[in-house]
Amino acid sequence: MSITAEHAAGLAASNRPTATAVQAIGNKLGLWNMWVAFAALALGLPMGLFQAAERSGFFPGIENTAVYFASTSTHGVLLAFVLTTFFTMGWGYHAMAHSVNKKPFFGWTSFWVSLIGTVMAAIPLLTGYASVLYTFYPPEMAHPAFYLGATLLVVGSWFWVADMIIGFVQWKKENPGKPVPVIMFMFTMTALLWGWTSLGVASEAVFQLLPVAFGLSPTIDVGLARTLFSWTLHAIVYFWLMPAYIAMYMIVPKEAGGKLFSDEFARIAFVLLFIFSVPIGFHHLYVDPMQAAGWKLLHMFGTFMVSVPTFLTGFTVLASMEIAGRLRGGKGLFGWISALDWSNPFVLAGGLSLLMLTVGGWGGVLNASYTWDTTVHNTQWITGHFHLIFGGTTVIMYLAAAYWLWPKITGNQLFSRKMAVSQLWMYFVGMVILTLPWHMLGVYGQPRRVSTTDQYAAFPEFAQMWGLYEALMVVGAVLVVISGLMFVYNLLMTHFNKVQEADTRVIYASAIHEPMRLPGVLNSLAFWNWAMLAYMILSYGYPIVQFFFLEGHHTIPWGV
Amino acid sequence: MSMIHIDPMEKRWLWAIGGMLAVFWGVQIYFAAAENMHPPSNVEATNSAKLHLEGEFAESNLGVKKQADGSYLVTMVAARYGFYPQEIEVPAHTPVKFRIASFDVLHGVHVPFSNMNTMVVPGYVSEVTTQFQSPGSFPMICNEYCGLGHDYMYSKIHVTAGKS
Repeated sequence: MSITAEHAAGLAASNRPTATAVQAIGNKLGLWNMWVAFAALALGLPMGLFQAAERSGFFPGIENTAVYFASTSTHGVLLAFVLTTFFTMGWGYHAMAHSVNKKPFFGWTSFWVSLIGTVMAAIPLLTGYASVLYTFYPPEMAHPAFYLGATLLVVGSWFWVADMIIGFVQWKKENPGKPVPVIMFMFTMTALLWGWTSLGVASEAVFQLLPVAFGLSPTIDVGLARTLFSWTLHAIVYFWLMPAYIAMYMIVPKEAGGKLFSDEFARIAFVLLFIFSVPIGFHHLYVDPMQAAGWKLLHMFGTFMVSVPTFLTGFTVLASMEIAGRLRGGKGLFGWISALDWSNPFVLAGGLSLLMLTVGGWGGVLNASYTWDTTVHNTQWITGHFHLIFGGTTVIMYLAAAYWLWPKITGNQLFSRKMAVSQLWMYFVGMVILTLPWHMLGVYGQPRRVSTTDQYAAFPEFAQMWGLYEALMVVGAVLVVISGLMFVYNLLMTHFNKVQEADTRVIYASAIHEPMRLPGVLNSLAFWNWAMLAYMILSYGYPIVQFFFLEGHHTIPWGV
Repeated sequence: MSMIHIDPMEKRWLWAIGGMLAVFWGVQIYFAAAENMHPPSNVEATNSAKLHLEGEFAESNLGVKKQADGSYLVTMVAARYGFYPQEIEVPAHTPVKFRIASFDVLHGVHVPFSNMNTMVVPGYVSEVTTQFQSPGSFPMICNEYCGLGHDYMYSKIHVTAGKS
């Protein structure tokens, strides 16, 4: 059977459909938001290399404490706040336009408010007036512009949260009884989570930090500030991780050539991530004196519960990949693994991400331990843990999602698939070489958040234990930075690529059993909102109210 | 919930997850209940601006004191950039209770290879009771960023052989 020229042209046209007006808006918002995200990545990664080199002590010429802490603060804000928020807003808007065909009301408002906030916070950060690290640390106070900027970034993202919820509710009204497309369900759960999560730090900023920074309030209650920050501090990690899980569920099975093993379990994982990631922040306060042991124990139970959706995700994604491997002819217990196409960057990213998640997840189980945490709290182990889970597991999926989305948004072919594959491998190897030594350094007592370890000259046996690991961390950091810059280069070249992409249709993985109907709790937001309210009152109610009954513990603000 | 499709493999995996969760929780509950291991959590407010004037954290009262029951009480203040007194000596295998308060900003204290690890939050008293297992000289490290001099905030703890 032969294909005529007209037939071929017709096929090509159907694979490159013209975007609807709504989709065009989604594409544009997606592109702009995600470019801001990856600009933050390009700026933030080299700072990380500087910090590793400065801290290692191998390069005395670059040692500078003030620059180190300004750099650490900026690195944290750029990668943990800017990269994540803009990436998620961008892909979220794109997914909403393409899955439920809804036009956002506040798309550009959210973009510009967040961007202005970012720039406003960046100025004091880069000039050393906000070296309070990205976790803020009162009573040490930064320049007011830093808090104002950070608050605007959060407020801007709330417009996105509103848009996602409105789009979700509108679609449901127009399609009664039908399941909301799973990608829209996941993104709206992510948005709802971020709404709840950001309330803690927003309260800290509005009621505590800003009044002190502007001189309206003479003192601050650091215990309350830390409690409010803990409300945000764990769930924010899930706000970063959930888009990475979306990429695992929605892109990896499709690209591997299989099907999503279960639509329902994906939804269950997301509602569990939502409900168990916010009211459990006290594992960040395990060794803080101002909260009682009973509350910490309560949060410990919830902390371990949040491993459940991760176990479900690992199962569903691996099962989906196994289906693909077997469809490709893989046999036996492990034969399906080698049958998968590892030269496909999306499959590769999924595999590498799951590997890092496995190692990092077990590390997290140890951190979550009510009794074990005291041996690693604030050591370099923690830095190793979150770089492996966030920098590694999460960001590698952001990179893969971008490789997948760019050709569809711009209509241009990915500049180099080969470079993408070597970039992802290098990123993985770099992250492993960077973070496993950090875990070891933590066990050997090295604290995080120091710009030098010279002070341990008085304890030479410590310095001896650390040397090898410090050298490894610098090697790892070099690899991660080179690989990160390769990513940005590949993306830029794709953006301006003259070669057209053959297939720009946005089609995510479909499940083996596409659900025709779903129980209400897996298809709506209201129940989970009320459940969250009840769980938050239970786990944070008294621990916050207690501060209004304690006497004489407010502290004056300090500089750095 | 009858509307959702659950594969038999998923059912088995749910049981496995439940089992792991039971182990995680069980280990925590066991050590908390049987070994009395709890993180430092004494919820005790203090006025950090007036610490030096009188009472427990006045300079004359700082240091190591042997208690009637043979245990030790160590009273310290954390302040940019040290823990005071700067050098202390306690025996191994003996209960030592630390009470620490901050004069100024947020600090943390960690003695490597031990579970002596607590945040020191201005406005609150931190209390940790522990027993050191091996004799030697260890740094008491400030493990929370407390300003540009943080890198050099440490003092020394000498653990002597003590009772075996």
